[in-house]
Amino acid sequence: MNKPLRRIAIFCGLLVLALLIRDNYLQYVKADELAGQKDNRRVAIERYAHPRGDIIVDGNPITGSVESKSGDFKYRRTYKDGPMWAPVTGYSSQAFDANQLEKIEDGILTGNDDRLFFRNTLDMITGKPRQGGNVVTTLNAAAQKAAYDGLKSRGGKGAVVALEPSTGKILALASYPSYDPSSFSGNTNTDAKNWNKVQKKNDPADPTLNRALRETYPPGSTFKVVTAAAALENGLYKSADEKTNSPLPWIMPGTTTPLKNEGNIQCRDVSLREALRLSCNSVFGKVGSDLGNDKMLEEAKKFGFDAEQFTPVRSNASVFSDNMNKSQTALSSIGQYNTAATPLQMAMVASAVANDGKLMQPYMVDELQSPNVDPVEKTQPKELSRPLSPANAQILQGMMETVVKSGTGTKAQIPNVVVGGKTGTAQHGVANSANPYAWFISYAKLPDGSSPVAVAVVIEDESANRDDISGGGLAAPIAKNVMNAVINSKK
Amino acid sequence: MSSTSNSPTHHTSTIGAIGAPSRRNTELALLVFAVAIPVFAYANVGLAINSHVPAGLLEYGLGLGLLAGVAHLAVRKFAPYADPLLLPLATLLNGLGLVVIWRLDQSRLLQSLPHFAPSAPRQLLYTALGIAMFSAVLIFLKDHRVLQRYTYISMFCALVLLILPLVPGLGADIYGAKIWIRVPGLGSLQPGEFAKIVLAIFFAGYLMVKRDALALASRRFMGLYLPRGRDLGPILVVWAISILILVFETDLGTSLLFFGMFVIMLYVATERTSWIVFGLLMSAVGAVGVASFESHIQTRVNAWLNPMREYQLSRQITHDGVLHSDQLQQSLWAFGSGGTLGTGWGQGHSDLIKFAANSDFVFATFGEELGLAGIMAMLLIYGLIVERGLRTALAARDPFGKLLAVGLSGAFALQVFVVAGGVMGLIPLTGMTMPFLAYGGSSVLANWALIGILIRISDTARRPAPTPATNPDAEMTQVVRPS
Repeated sequence: MNKPLRRIAIFCGLLVLALLIRDNYLQYVKADELAGQKDNRRVAIERYAHPRGDIIVDGNPITGSVESKSGDFKYRRTYKDGPMWAPVTGYSSQAFDANQLEKIEDGILTGNDDRLFFRNTLDMITGKPRQGGNVVTTLNAAAQKAAYDGLKSRGGKGAVVALEPSTGKILALASYPSYDPSSFSGNTNTDAKNWNKVQKKNDPADPTLNRALRETYPPGSTFKVVTAAAALENGLYKSADEKTNSPLPWIMPGTTTPLKNEGNIQCRDVSLREALRLSCNSVFGKVGSDLGNDKMLEEAKKFGFDAEQFTPVRSNASVFSDNMNKSQTALSSIGQYNTAATPLQMAMVASAVANDGKLMQPYMVDELQSPNVDPVEKTQPKELSRPLSPANAQILQGMMETVVKSGTGTKAQIPNVVVGGKTGTAQHGVANSANPYAWFISYAKLPDGSSPVAVAVVIEDESANRDDISGGGLAAPIAKNVMNAVINSKK
Repeated sequence: MSSTSNSPTHHTSTIGAIGAPSRRNTELALLVFAVAIPVFAYANVGLAINSHVPAGLLEYGLGLGLLAGVAHLAVRKFAPYADPLLLPLATLLNGLGLVVIWRLDQSRLLQSLPHFAPSAPRQLLYTALGIAMFSAVLIFLKDHRVLQRYTYISMFCALVLLILPLVPGLGADIYGAKIWIRVPGLGSLQPGEFAKIVLAIFFAGYLMVKRDALALASRRFMGLYLPRGRDLGPILVVWAISILILVFETDLGTSLLFFGMFVIMLYVATERTSWIVFGLLMSAVGAVGVASFESHIQTRVNAWLNPMREYQLSRQITHDGVLHSDQLQQSLWAFGSGGTLGTGWGQGHSDLIKFAANSDFVFATFGEELGLAGIMAMLLIYGLIVERGLRTALAARDPFGKLLAVGLSGAFALQVFVVAGGVMGLIPLTGMTMPFLAYGGSSVLANWALIGILIRISDTARRPAPTPATNPDAEMTQVVRPS
């Protein structure tokens, strides 16, 4: 009986061998794949096992981590002034994942980023607990507060974006109404309730929408800055004070309709400066129509239209249409028809003009830090395009400064500071029935000629009556406060 | 004790273990390690989970040491020539199993489940009963050949044990498999674990008597010796019983285990390869046939083929009338997350398996916390137990002992394969438990009894023959040393 017995012994050995091979396949070949699958709860457990790194503004963290009382996720995210900073931070929730900076820089914040590998290995050897790195933002706390408080005191919906023109640093990024990401950062029923409360289906005000980056509004008259830039760049007019040779009323080509101005303003044959000061639709409509769709589109693209911006949080692409006839181009050139822009986009327009025609890539992450605050990556300012020559930029600056000195934007004046701006009141809704959006874009210039801040403010105010809404009345004071906050924080 | 270990004469020409040392001191030394390793593991779990050495460390160490000591003394007294590896290996596995069960008792997630009760104290009690069972086997079973007398009683007992879970009011359907009985006051029992041993006794006794008839009366056809029609009877009966188990108890593992054990013993008894071929064909036909209409088996097979889909189904409300379970996917994740070296004791998340984490799926906790390295070691320990059992079968001098040892070792190997293969996704999951590691009284008791019987057979096999006949050839070449 020994011969079959030995064979059985071999057979049992093969059974064990099969198990060994399977185990090597499972725990060596497939190990990383299995360990990293998103349904594998260990991924989430590990993610919340250590205090998350912080998002930092002006040297102070605007986020924190606390130990949860229940469940298998150890640490929960907290936010300081959550609603104010939500458009910057996004949220990080145990139950609802994360978005915006919290999602994009998750690797650094959790400490799992490859760039932290060496450090993590050292920590593992020395037995130090794992820590997350920090994300240092470009934001300015005072400007953000001015922006958020300004929107909040108005009470309607709106957004503010402030940029540093010379670098593209985002100084303020506010959206109202907002939400507190702390309220659903955990994994409990309360968190789920708070999460549901702020979803668009339960709250028509849509507080989780980041209006500064993700909502496009018809820019209205603020778009005339782009049209003016196109006119100068294409040599349609050589200076701001040249007569534009524009009739009033101006009949849109191919139609019998005159392009109307708001109110009874004197726009016949005025200069570009005067047309911008008074916000003449007829003049800029004609400029757009004369330049044509292609040239207008080209200039708009140079200002950043038709492209998503990655700050690194993505912004929606702003729109200037192609394949339009002359009357459509005319309407588009005064910020109506299909033209739509994010608040970020209009801040970029003001910033490019203020920066002598050079548009910088907007960004909000200044530096990524390892847990012991060593820099991991520093963002260098990057030029995006040159929508204007320095000479033309200075002409346009003069025009925008006239708007604030004696035009529609007088409410943005700051003593001892040169301010250039443009108001906008954009119509929307079926047959323009809804309340228009109030816009204001502006920049401030210090005595040394440098420009520390460019701002775009948009307010959609459904409670105010239609006549009250004008960029100069509602949006300009907020822009002024934001610019003031930036200037004061520089001192 | 080791009076023979330094015997002056060496009968080099005599086959067998004459003059062989008893190896009891080797066993004792190995047992020290088999107790020390789980004690360190226990301390490690405590440090990892609560940052301090568990309060019960001393009691646990002493308890396990005492049990191992009792078992060792029983072997020393009643089976002095037994294989020295079996007891330490079984003790090591049992000890590590206790550690992991205690470790899972500490899981907040498992504690929050309904009907949670700490399992480690009860497992320790079962271990004590298991050692008592082991000692009882050694004390009362002076010679394994006695069991031969009970061949047909064994058959009857085995059938009763297998049918018990189907008795209304006694059987319990747990997660679709009806392999349990509920005894009031005692908890659940898995009679299949005991049936395994009793059936091995029956097969060994039966085949020893019938093997010549089964082996010799056959025709040759295409290189195979085909048995006569009427000799096919026994294998058909066992096959039919296995199929019935599969259909009524819906447990693929038990069914496979019994049929596989019978085929192995039949092959060893008759030395006819054709039995293996027949066995494989019949089990394939049986498994596929039953799976074609038994939804529970189909669910298991589908879960095996696509564990991820099953996981997703388990998280939604389905109306297909099937209980979807995420256990297999959770088990695979546990293994995968363990990686090469594992997370370390107490630092894994195998509690995510929830139901049966410390019984059917206990191996996954080892996989996650000890990693590939640990699992390979565990599998080799199991392999070593099986091979020591087969070594015992080789050394056994009586056919009944040979058959019984190969049957028990083979069943043990099949069980390890079916369970470990199931939780690692190599084959469909079955409702059996990893011997010695898993929580459960029946399993611990039955497996200690199994080791007891193997030790008894190996003691008989390795015992020096009484007063060996002098070999004239040997004497002629003997060197006479001046003393």
